[in-house]
Amino acid sequence: MALLSNAAVLFGKEVRTEFRSRELLSTTIVFVLIVVVVFSFTFDPTTNESRRFGPGLLWMAFLFAASLMLQPCFLREQTNDTLSALRLAVQDAFAIFLAKISANTLFLLVTELLMLPVFAALFNVSFAAQLPGILLTFFLGSVGISVVGTALAAISAQARMRELLLPLLLLPLLTPILVVSTEVTVRLMQPDPAIEWKGIGLLAGFDVVFLTVLWLFGEYLLEE
Amino acid sequence: MPAAPEPPIGLQVDQVEKRYGAVYALRNLTLSIPAGECVAIAGRNGSGKTTLLRVAAQLVRPGKGTVSYSGSPDSHRPRIGFVAHATMVYDELTAEENLLFFAKLQGVENPKKRVAELLGEVGLKDRKDSLVRTFSRGMRQRVAIARALLAQPSLLFFDEPGSGLDAESGAWLTAHIRKLRDSGCTILMSLHGESETASLATRAIRLEAGSVIADTRRGAMFQSIFAGAAS
Repeated sequence: MALLSNAAVLFGKEVRTEFRSRELLSTTIVFVLIVVVVFSFTFDPTTNESRRFGPGLLWMAFLFAASLMLQPCFLREQTNDTLSALRLAVQDAFAIFLAKISANTLFLLVTELLMLPVFAALFNVSFAAQLPGILLTFFLGSVGISVVGTALAAISAQARMRELLLPLLLLPLLTPILVVSTEVTVRLMQPDPAIEWKGIGLLAGFDVVFLTVLWLFGEYLLEE
Repeated sequence: MPAAPEPPIGLQVDQVEKRYGAVYALRNLTLSIPAGECVAIAGRNGSGKTTLLRVAAQLVRPGKGTVSYSGSPDSHRPRIGFVAHATMVYDELTAEENLLFFAKLQGVENPKKRVAELLGEVGLKDRKDSLVRTFSRGMRQRVAIARALLAQPSLLFFDEPGSGLDAESGAWLTAHIRKLRDSGCTILMSLHGESETASLATRAIRLEAGSVIADTRRGAMFQSIFAGAAS
């Protein structure tokens, strides 16, 4: 219970500081908007092509957003060495990860949901009928991206060339999520849409495995 | 000043070694600090003072050796208060928000009352709703001390707490550490040179290249421990 209550307090702080400064969220939303618009100019988005290539481009944009958004989550804790204060205050270091993963997932989902109508308009596709499936895919994909990304952000925050290290590690490790999320989204955008449960299961499995690994070894990532 | 509610605890550092790459920050260091003692650690830059405090607070895992508190296994970390040069508080939150946040994390009973009490003690009641980023260095350090005292710790670490403070803030800090010492807390503080804060210590230790080269209680040798530490 202490783990969850600590994580809830930490999550509240993450959300409060972000919505107070709006630095990360506004920057990322503008960046992803630019990426989606540029993609729409690059491809001639007739409906059939959009259904084939659109989801890949969309998830690519989300991945760029994540690499931008995840970088500061531990760097910010270094400014005044607040990470040390957190480590002394919490009983289980996993609470720090749990809070940051939850906050990053929330910020990523907000960005994705804001981009969805823009993408639908620019690429001439409709998501309305498959919204529950889309939301489920976005949620599971975002959790996976946040879990891996938060762990890597903790590692890269202590390294030299940290700005380069995170995207360098993030892109290959997130390839499975990117591929599966894209496939599930492609299926949802077909004329006869359906939820590909095998893909959903893979995404959920990926999330559970990485969360478990982080729960077991997360404390070591925070050590100096 | 709140008295330590739990009995003060001692600290044992046993044959600790810590390396950063090829450089030894601590080398086979053994130290025993009885409960209720106030110890000053002196040494030049890079002598291992900060690393020793961070290892003792279990913020840094030593390469070799163990840290324990009053003989307990090191997994039973007691309530530790840590004040460093870095404030360890969030600039984007107000003084009250910072303290409430850490009080809730530490499971402090009646956090609002405790935070109000501490804000009064550190003289920031009138500025409780101001963002920490608008504070002077001295005021930030007051918030840092209030944060460290939230859970009424019985073991306190001060890592060069007075650096960057003006004379008035420095005197306030010294008076505050004196009260904590008199309330029975075990205190370990690193100092860069001889200062008024150093006079609070009942024991002084000098580090060089990660090893203890002198360890003395109040007496003739006491002042010599700090001589040259600032260079």
